[in-house]
Amino acid sequence: MAERTTVLRIKRQENPRSATYWEEFEIPYKANHNIISMLMEIRRNPVTREGKRTTAVVFDANCLEEVCGSCTMVINGRVRQACSQLAEGLNGTVTVEPMSKFPVVRDLWVDRSKMFDYLKKAHSWIPIDGTYDLGPGPRVNPQEQQFAYLFSRCMTCGCCLEACPQVNDHSKFMGPAIIGQVYLMGQHPTGAMHQDERLQALMGEGGIADCGNAQNCVEVCPKSIPLTTAIGDVGGQVSRKWLRDLFAK
Amino acid sequence: MPGHHIIIGGGLAGLTTAMKLAEEGEHVDLFSIVPVKRSHSVCAQGGINGAVNTKGEGDSPMIHFDDSIYGGDFLAHQPPVLGMCEAAPSIIYLFDRMGVMFNRTPEGLLDFRRFGGTKHHRTAFAGATTGQQLLYALDEQVRRYEAAGLVRKFEGWEMLGVVPDEAGDCRGVVAIDTRSLELRAFPGDTVMIATGGPGLIFGRSTQSLVNTGSAASACYQQGATYANGEFIQVHPTAVPGEDKNRLISESIRGEGGRVWTYKEGKPWYFLEEMYPAYGNLVPRDIATRAIHKVVFEMKLGVDGQPLVFLDVSHLDPVLLRQRVEGVLEIYEKFVGQDPTKVPMKIFPAMHYSMGGLWVDYSQQTNIPGLFAAGECEFQYHGANRLGANSLLSCVYGGDVGAKAMTAFAKSHKSDGSTRAHDLEVTRHREDFDRIFKMDGKENAFAIWRELGELMTENVTVVRYNDKLKATDAKLLELKDRWGKIGLNDKGKWANQEALFVRHLWNMLELARPITLGALNRNESRGAHYKPEFPERDDENFMKTTLATWSSDGPRFGWEPVDVSLIKPRARRYDVDKSATAAKPAEKAA
Ligand SMILES: Cc1cc2nc3c(=O)[nH]c(=O)nc-3n(C[C@H](O)[C@H](O)[C@H](O)COP(=O)(O)OP(=O)(O)OC[C@H]3O[C@@H](n4cnc5c(N)ncnc54)[C@H](O)[C@@H]3O)c2cc1C
Ligand code: SF4
Ligand code: SF4
Ligand code: FES
Repeated sequence: MAERTTVLRIKRQENPRSATYWEEFEIPYKANHNIISMLMEIRRNPVTREGKRTTAVVFDANCLEEVCGSCTMVINGRVRQACSQLAEGLNGTVTVEPMSKFPVVRDLWVDRSKMFDYLKKAHSWIPIDGTYDLGPGPRVNPQEQQFAYLFSRCMTCGCCLEACPQVNDHSKFMGPAIIGQVYLMGQHPTGAMHQDERLQALMGEGGIADCGNAQNCVEVCPKSIPLTTAIGDVGGQVSRKWLRDLFAK
Repeated sequence: MPGHHIIIGGGLAGLTTAMKLAEEGEHVDLFSIVPVKRSHSVCAQGGINGAVNTKGEGDSPMIHFDDSIYGGDFLAHQPPVLGMCEAAPSIIYLFDRMGVMFNRTPEGLLDFRRFGGTKHHRTAFAGATTGQQLLYALDEQVRRYEAAGLVRKFEGWEMLGVVPDEAGDCRGVVAIDTRSLELRAFPGDTVMIATGGPGLIFGRSTQSLVNTGSAASACYQQGATYANGEFIQVHPTAVPGEDKNRLISESIRGEGGRVWTYKEGKPWYFLEEMYPAYGNLVPRDIATRAIHKVVFEMKLGVDGQPLVFLDVSHLDPVLLRQRVEGVLEIYEKFVGQDPTKVPMKIFPAMHYSMGGLWVDYSQQTNIPGLFAAGECEFQYHGANRLGANSLLSCVYGGDVGAKAMTAFAKSHKSDGSTRAHDLEVTRHREDFDRIFKMDGKENAFAIWRELGELMTENVTVVRYNDKLKATDAKLLELKDRWGKIGLNDKGKWANQEALFVRHLWNMLELARPITLGALNRNESRGAHYKPEFPERDDENFMKTTLATWSSDGPRFGWEPVDVSLIKPRARRYDVDKSATAAKPAEKAA
């Protein structure tokens, strides 16, 4: 019997402006292989299935335990982290592509800096008075902490943007992740004091009004962050602010 | 005029430094290979230590200090460790104020868990992703200063080396854009290295892929002293993998997890039997050696494999999910079994480097103007680090460093000359030109794998002098083979292979002080264990190893340890600490 293997069909691209092409690699099966460890096998011996010498596939990865968000790719049509996609459970040829909602740097590496820009735009931080010793922070209800904690695990991976139909070339929609973060900041007693600034950022172009409620985002979030709950809640906060602003005029 | 500072690395140490400098109105250029939010610090699961004493246990910074010095087997200089332990409660409060969702008690106060090497609940935690939460809080504060124009970020840029001027002071760095491969000098009044640990020298470790130790190695090759390199912490509980060994945090044992294997057909809880006073919560070096003994000497590994059980299946699954969900998830995702039902199978893995760039009490290296903080420096953990003390030392070191950097910039204004910078840029450009011409038969990634296997086998848990000598000889051979690498990828855009070839050279250089440091130290202390010299030898070896680079190998010197605050005593975990201490109460009476 032939040795079991995994075939990776990888979409490649030399640089942001060049054309894409596909290459296939065949890797001996190991139960604890994952997509990244298979890409590492390719680096050690960059030869395609047809026996052609090629360059190592370029990819983005760091933690290898699904906590840094780096290695997000589209695997068999589904966006997810490559490091936690085990070879076990994959059959036949596996297609691996870079995410489509972000510019490709090279091969599987994409540029997600726009997500960091959104965090800046939405003032996603707690404006403390200073880092000097001011004693303990505010008390927090343990139940509320448990719920807020869910949102604090967002690793800016971009899965939810990739899956959201409203994030596309024709729209400026910032996507669901930033809404989750604005929700989180508003849950903290100090953060809540400054929530208006953040809501303001979500009221303009590319803000929360662009969400079409397709709910794809919650389904793909690897950290199971209740994004639609945040979208609903922050949507309410935005409406209330809008009314308040109206009457304040 | 505000100073202009360069920080290399955006983990906990680098971001703390950036935040503290910006708060003083100083200007910062922050460099990181990966976007700072994806730095290795996100991996820390268990928590951060601080003697806040909310559990009525009578904990105090002094007890934390004693636990840390004792846990580090009396190799750490004591004054900075005391400073760190005293600052710890306020550091935890600061993170709480910055919005970290720490777990809470029913009263809404910070909750604390137990970690190894202590009897107190001293570890604050946010689920099992504490490092991630702390890093994000700092990332947010630094982004605030970025928006205010005080911090400029260079993400995707890699530092290649520092720029010393004629007087030998550090005047900036040379860095390369990992996308365009543009190579540039960046002048600065001071430079902070906060580039994390060197895990990749051991191939598969619990660390992240950027943790090659390359930046620290570059500084070492430019004259910075590397201290205590031989002290490498091997974590007792990790899941062996193809690409990395995934840590199963000590917090699992803190929550009541038990380590066992079968002996004569029955479960044997060997840590509890060997170390009744601390049981499963002995420090890491002790637990690691016990597992090694059970597996290799007694041949009692699970199914004859190098594995033992780490078991939480007797604990309440709901509570476990609340407190260590992130850890359980890692096991589930990467092994495919539910640890609340089936005991986990684990084995020790390289985890942390206690050694690193030598720094003084203000975090300055021996090169004026060059500072270091975080895992890449040597200062806080002696011969063995206690769990949850690293995040603390990163933040504390960053804070101390920032103060010293501000002061240094005031007194050492640069004259604006760029001669030294141009020279360094040329040197690095020539290096890359050579790399792009490499057309031998060797593959850089394959050599790296061999390096990792070599180091893991010979320079981790158990060390023998003959094997250490052979390892160093093999390292020279690998350096030779490095010259015979053939570069597959000659592209001038986002060429990860060419960049890795440089990392590999730096790893090979740094592997030598680690290996030879171990060879020189003929005693056993903390994580460093030699069966031929099983005892700690204070008379000859209570001193810091100092390695200096030279073209024919590392040169070694030593520095005495400052033990002015706690008198060294034997380190034992089979009995309570009180049994090992001189009894001050009796003496006073
Ligand atoms: C799995 C795991 C769990 C852990 N759990 C705990 C815990 O619970 N408690 C605890 O106290 N400690 C823990 N530790 C240890 C702790 O996480 C690390 O020691 C600490 O996070 C190191 O932080 P750092 O700031 O020094 O460096 P890192 O977080 O490693 O950051 C290094 C930075 O340097 C950058 N960099 C590196 N080289 C270059 C270069 N040449 N040019 C530019 N940038 C560069 C990187 O991009 C990165 O931004 C754990 C470690 C591991 C591996
Ligand atoms: S609910 Fe739908 S439209 Fe709205 S953010 Fe999620 S995926 Fe996009
Ligand atoms: S919300 Fe989820 S999917 Fe979106 S970026 Fe955060 S972790 Fe990724
Ligand atoms: S490498 Fe960090 S999420 Fe996969």
